[in-house]
Amino acid sequence: MSRLNLNDALSAIDVQADWVGLREVKESTTYRIIRDGNPQANSRGVDHGVMVEVLADGQFGYYGCNNLDHDSIQNAAEKALRQAKASAKNPLFEFTTEARPVTKGSFQSPFQQSVNELSAGRLNEIMLKAYNQLKVNDQIVSAHAMAMIIETESNFVSSNGSDIQQNFLMIQSDYSAMAHKDDIYQRRTDNHCLQIGMEEFDEDLVLARAQRVGEQALELLDAEDCPTETTNLVLASDQMMLQIHESVGHALEVDRILGDERNYAGWSFVREADFGKLQYGSKIMNITFDPTVANQFACYGYDDGGLKAERDFIIKDGLLVKGLGGKESQLRSGVPGVANFRASSWNRAPIDRMANLNLEPGESTFDEIIAAVDHGVYMETNRSWSIDDYRNKFQFGCEYGKLIENGKLTKTIKNPNYRAISNPFWNSLKMLGNQDTFEVYGTPYCGKGEPNQAIRVGHASPVCLFENVEVFGGV
Amino acid sequence: MEKLFNQLSETLLNNLNTGEHLKITIGGENSQFVRFSRSKVRQSGLVDDASLSIVLIKDERTCSGSFTLTGNISTDEATAMEELNRLRTEVGTLPKDPFVVMPEDTGSSREEHNGSLLNEEEAVSALSPAMQGVDLAGIWASGRIFTGNANSAGQKHWFATDTFSLDYSLITPDERMVKGTFAGSHWDQSEYENNMAKSIAKLRMMEKPGKKIKPGAYRTYIAPAGVADIVGMFSWGGVGEASIQQGDSSLCKMRQNGIKMSPCFTLSEDFTSGIVPRFNSNGELAPEKLDLILAGSLKNTLVSTRTAKEYGVQSNFAGEGESLRSPVLSPGDLNEDEVVQKIDTGIYLSNLHYLNWSDRPGGRITGMTRYACFWVENGEVVAPIENMRFDDSIYNFFGDNLEAVTDKAHLHPAVETYDGREMGGVSCPGILLKSFELTL
Ligand SMILES: [Zn+2]
Repeated sequence: MSRLNLNDALSAIDVQADWVGLREVKESTTYRIIRDGNPQANSRGVDHGVMVEVLADGQFGYYGCNNLDHDSIQNAAEKALRQAKASAKNPLFEFTTEARPVTKGSFQSPFQQSVNELSAGRLNEIMLKAYNQLKVNDQIVSAHAMAMIIETESNFVSSNGSDIQQNFLMIQSDYSAMAHKDDIYQRRTDNHCLQIGMEEFDEDLVLARAQRVGEQALELLDAEDCPTETTNLVLASDQMMLQIHESVGHALEVDRILGDERNYAGWSFVREADFGKLQYGSKIMNITFDPTVANQFACYGYDDGGLKAERDFIIKDGLLVKGLGGKESQLRSGVPGVANFRASSWNRAPIDRMANLNLEPGESTFDEIIAAVDHGVYMETNRSWSIDDYRNKFQFGCEYGKLIENGKLTKTIKNPNYRAISNPFWNSLKMLGNQDTFEVYGTPYCGKGEPNQAIRVGHASPVCLFENVEVFGGV
Repeated sequence: MEKLFNQLSETLLNNLNTGEHLKITIGGENSQFVRFSRSKVRQSGLVDDASLSIVLIKDERTCSGSFTLTGNISTDEATAMEELNRLRTEVGTLPKDPFVVMPEDTGSSREEHNGSLLNEEEAVSALSPAMQGVDLAGIWASGRIFTGNANSAGQKHWFATDTFSLDYSLITPDERMVKGTFAGSHWDQSEYENNMAKSIAKLRMMEKPGKKIKPGAYRTYIAPAGVADIVGMFSWGGVGEASIQQGDSSLCKMRQNGIKMSPCFTLSEDFTSGIVPRFNSNGELAPEKLDLILAGSLKNTLVSTRTAKEYGVQSNFAGEGESLRSPVLSPGDLNEDEVVQKIDTGIYLSNLHYLNWSDRPGGRITGMTRYACFWVENGEVVAPIENMRFDDSIYNFFGDNLEAVTDKAHLHPAVETYDGREMGGVSCPGILLKSFELTL
């Protein structure tokens, strides 16, 4: 990818260590945003550096280095070695090279149209057309159309023989409209995060999404508030994404369970002894760690410790069977895990992260789910999220809702919110949508770790029905 | 780094063609990070990171690019020129930007705050002993942070500071927790040990048997660390002028309907402490002090020059995102030492967690209580309480329900490190509320 041959750089390093690894990351992030009819951003940021990791006296020391010449990398390795030796005076765990498996391989994101096939000028034109579609009338007081394009090259080599090259092309597209009437403000959005090519910006596709967003924002201005009651709740896939993320994913990260995050993101209501025993949800709940779903945002071949990524059940028939723990956590806890030891970039050490974490589809059509509800609320698209540090008590808000009355979707409602506690909530999962209702979403901004790291995750889910949930509206 | 920045700026500016305008920003850090869990080292390492960002303006069109600096002048100069040429090719193909902010020379500045920091190889030995005998999780961050700015109108700014912070949680065997932060720029071993000893003493108070409380409205005190989190929410759909203009602010009501908060509530952007630079990415200097909400009335918002052009208002040289860079909440007259007495019967909250707008136009925030939170009865701390969810509006708890503000503001240093180590922090007192809504 670069001026640097990583294997040459590795062989040139001379330190007395048990293991040395180099992970070079070059990432380019481009934004093209039209807001309220004018360009808001045409920016590209390129981030490039190498993480030098050294194992000595049972400890990993690191140096994230922005200078890639051999002298700098040698200096970084020496300083990383001294960090490892200093840590060995008060270590949490004694690691061996078992924490860095030997792997060779490569990965490439799938795409049809390359970045070069869509010029900056043309993409601005498409975003401008999308804006015009969003602004249905003057009640839309602000709107934007955003394209984010991330191109990442990540190479990893190690002294025990790992050699991995991975190339990613990731896109975020976001359309948003704010509608205003009297004292009412209502925002509607449509966001995709995918590993995909420029086909994501096919004009017809973009305009159809933008039009729906604009129209629904206006529709919300005349909607009633969500009722306050305990009732049946049907969640669309784009809200299930957040539900899975906050109340399943974070709770099952093994480094959290081990206590590493207690000063920041928090702990977990799940404990090491719960694996293989805890009924996390109802029998129809099946959660997979799946780096292989076509176009999902966090597909990859190997994690940043060199472990090969494969599809695996985390929750099977409602029972918790595996943790989201990479090789280091597996060694520390004995809990079976997956290849999820990931760093946000070259300047951070890897930790346990979600990647693609999905709820597997069931049997019911969307209409069958709605028909099964005599009274309830249907909600789409997250707009507010908050959960406690043990991942128990959550409150989520959505952009758009519908009442369900006598098995039919009726009135549109605004400000739909709900709150519950994770474990009983998942055990109240009553119906699952089939493959036709299964949609793929993601986010670039999952925050965790000290020092902090924002990482990309993907979540796919069918439409779901939950029973006996507390729902409520706005102020 | 300052030298490298000056050389790169000079090269870029000397190579500009007629009609081209340029704004240049540098930002970076040299940091050590040591992560602790169970009072032992989980991960330890160093990071050198710096990037240069350039904004090209030509014929009312603009685009920008940034790249990682290596510290090697010839490599970085070549990359900078490559980037400038890439922007030249792109800029003409873009639509015009009617609100583009041209570079100006409004004065230059240079500030360097040299600290005395722990040697990076001695940090583990210096920090570890004081945390033994207790379960600590947290992060040590230390080193230099720098930022600079230059433009084709001739303006130049440089700001560098050496800082450290140990941000930590202490945890009892039955999982009650106390939060602590020890931060500064001149390391003092005995001050550190005192800070840790005080936190350990506070943790002992958490060993009393707990009390379960039901959701409902309670008379509540929120300590400065918790208030700092609420103040942070004003940066996100709050005091930014663009967010008000675009209907995305919790303060739209104050602007449009003249709604007021409590006369005890005064929020300002105040750079007098000097711990963060006053210049923004345009190189514009913000006023030393700007009242935002004065005694409950909305006086000013944070206005960037771009927003000023777009909506025809006056700029006060806010940053691009119009978020608070140096917020200060004014102290009141409640003696900090009499807080527990004044609560009489109700709850004492040390910290909050995971705040989010649950109804932004309504000003409603939901979040959790966290760490040392107590039930208080007849002016005495009775028992720690379990973490509770709250959901209440700023127009209630900074409005009619705000009974008093404590007489002492505390600085809560920014310890976030997503885009590099943050500078500055929030200065605020504690607040006593007649009523606060707990929901779960
Ligand atoms: Zn997350």
